[in-house]
Amino acid sequence: MNELQDLYREVILDHNRHPRNFGELDDANRIVEGVNPLCGDRMTLYVKLLDDKVQDIRFKGTGCAISVASSSLMTEKATGRSVEELETLFEQVHSLLTGDPTADSVDLESLDKLVALSGVREYPTRVKCATLAWHALKNAITGSEDKISTE
Amino acid sequence: MSSARESQRPQSAASTDIAALRADFPGLHQEIHGKPLAYLDNAASTQRPQSVIDAMITQEQRNHANVHRGVHTLSQRATDAHEGAREKVRGYINAASCEEIIFTRGATESINLVASSLGKIRLTSADEVLITWMEHHSNIVPWQLICEQTGAKLVGVPMTPTGELDLDAYDRLLTDRTKIVAVTHVSNALGTINPIDKIITRAHDAGALVVVDGAQSVPHMPIDVRALDCDFYAFSGHKMYGPTGIGVLYGKSALLDAMPPYQGGGEMILTVTLEETTYHTLPYKFEAGTPNITGAVGLGATIDYLAGIDFSAVAHQETELLDYATGRLLELPGSRVIGTGKHKAGVLSFTLAGIHAHDVGTIVDREGVAIRTGHHCAMPVMEYFRIPATSRASFALYNNREDVDQLMGGLQQALELFG
Repeated sequence: MNELQDLYREVILDHNRHPRNFGELDDANRIVEGVNPLCGDRMTLYVKLLDDKVQDIRFKGTGCAISVASSSLMTEKATGRSVEELETLFEQVHSLLTGDPTADSVDLESLDKLVALSGVREYPTRVKCATLAWHALKNAITGSEDKISTE
Repeated sequence: MSSARESQRPQSAASTDIAALRADFPGLHQEIHGKPLAYLDNAASTQRPQSVIDAMITQEQRNHANVHRGVHTLSQRATDAHEGAREKVRGYINAASCEEIIFTRGATESINLVASSLGKIRLTSADEVLITWMEHHSNIVPWQLICEQTGAKLVGVPMTPTGELDLDAYDRLLTDRTKIVAVTHVSNALGTINPIDKIITRAHDAGALVVVDGAQSVPHMPIDVRALDCDFYAFSGHKMYGPTGIGVLYGKSALLDAMPPYQGGGEMILTVTLEETTYHTLPYKFEAGTPNITGAVGLGATIDYLAGIDFSAVAHQETELLDYATGRLLELPGSRVIGTGKHKAGVLSFTLAGIHAHDVGTIVDREGVAIRTGHHCAMPVMEYFRIPATSRASFALYNNREDVDQLMGGLQQALELFG
């Protein structure tokens, strides 16, 4: 049970129960769909990007606790940040979740609550659940594709 | 109607010695995260008995050579083992001859073979292929592909809220335009056992051929293709205690004879010039390339193993276990069983309110319990029930109440964690 509590930390359970920024965004100018084919989960990310900055962000969809909490935490963190800041953050979160050896460079202080997601490192099959929202964010701010998949 | 399950249910409660059966399966005897393994993902793939593993090792170590080619002793041994396995399959499903037993990579390839080859000669833009809403993707996508090529229309028979086929709708949708009916014998996502005999009779009355996806039925009940009078029957080795990478397509020889080859290459020819090729006779016409020899030998050994199994007792035991598991599950707050048909094989598909199946799967894994979570490659089933995913415990002949109790313990933990 203790090991599980490292994955399902209180922050994760809270954001799963009460996801922040959940719903559609009428004045979004970037809409990205994320799919996890392994479990059939889907999420749609709505971003209002103005002056190179995320002015507003929402998401909706169905997913496991990890995926919903990661999306919720991501939207909280992304609000008000610049594209450049978010690109750096994406790399940091990626290292945090995949246990990259270069993770020493991860600035845990600036990641703050996002550190709660690091429990997935011990669950290789669940890493994609946590990264889905972040890939969607990256695509939304770089505008590469409007549909992304974790595969 | 007497279902396959009922007809197999013995008059007296015959019991099987589950402990003895479990001893045959080395994969079951290990710990996962410090807990004894409770393997309840049998609808995805079953564990293999030691005798099957041994037969494959012997084939690899002592009898390997290419088949149907060499004049040397090893080639002859390999050919005998490969063709011996085909004869075992024939006997097991009571096909009329070995010509009707085509080895494939699995049920998926079997269905692709029929769809592609039969579709080419049987379907036009005026025709329809009838499938159902409870099919696995492997009995949907191959038909979509051939319908795209031929212009035929793909039609789906709906389900009832209990996850059973709507037979009235089937009768309505089965018309003189229907050229092929492709239906699963047992639903992988719901466990529903379809009244396949009725489905076949009515299809034949309407002039349609019937392709049965037997991937989930073969592990649970004896199959007699001649008694069923199905035109094609597809199944996989690895869901019936055999190896992966080997499966079977049964087809009536007159139909297979008329069908064009599925793939070209070695094995499937008699003579080749640069201008034209004379195809080999059945079943080789449909077996291009060097086959999965060890897989076939393993499947043969699986059938030998199953010959010693009292299927009526196993069916009875699996039914009791399913009833027990269903009862235990329904005691949990927020639980819902998906697929509540009268006649079910050993599948318990369920949801827990407020807890995604993926989380359930991770939590019970920490308790040593292997279940499948997700859409089970049956997304239309999920769409029908308006759910993204289910958790699925599926039983095999070696499962016992301890396995179910261990699952329930894991589910209890999930409820506590998410409560």
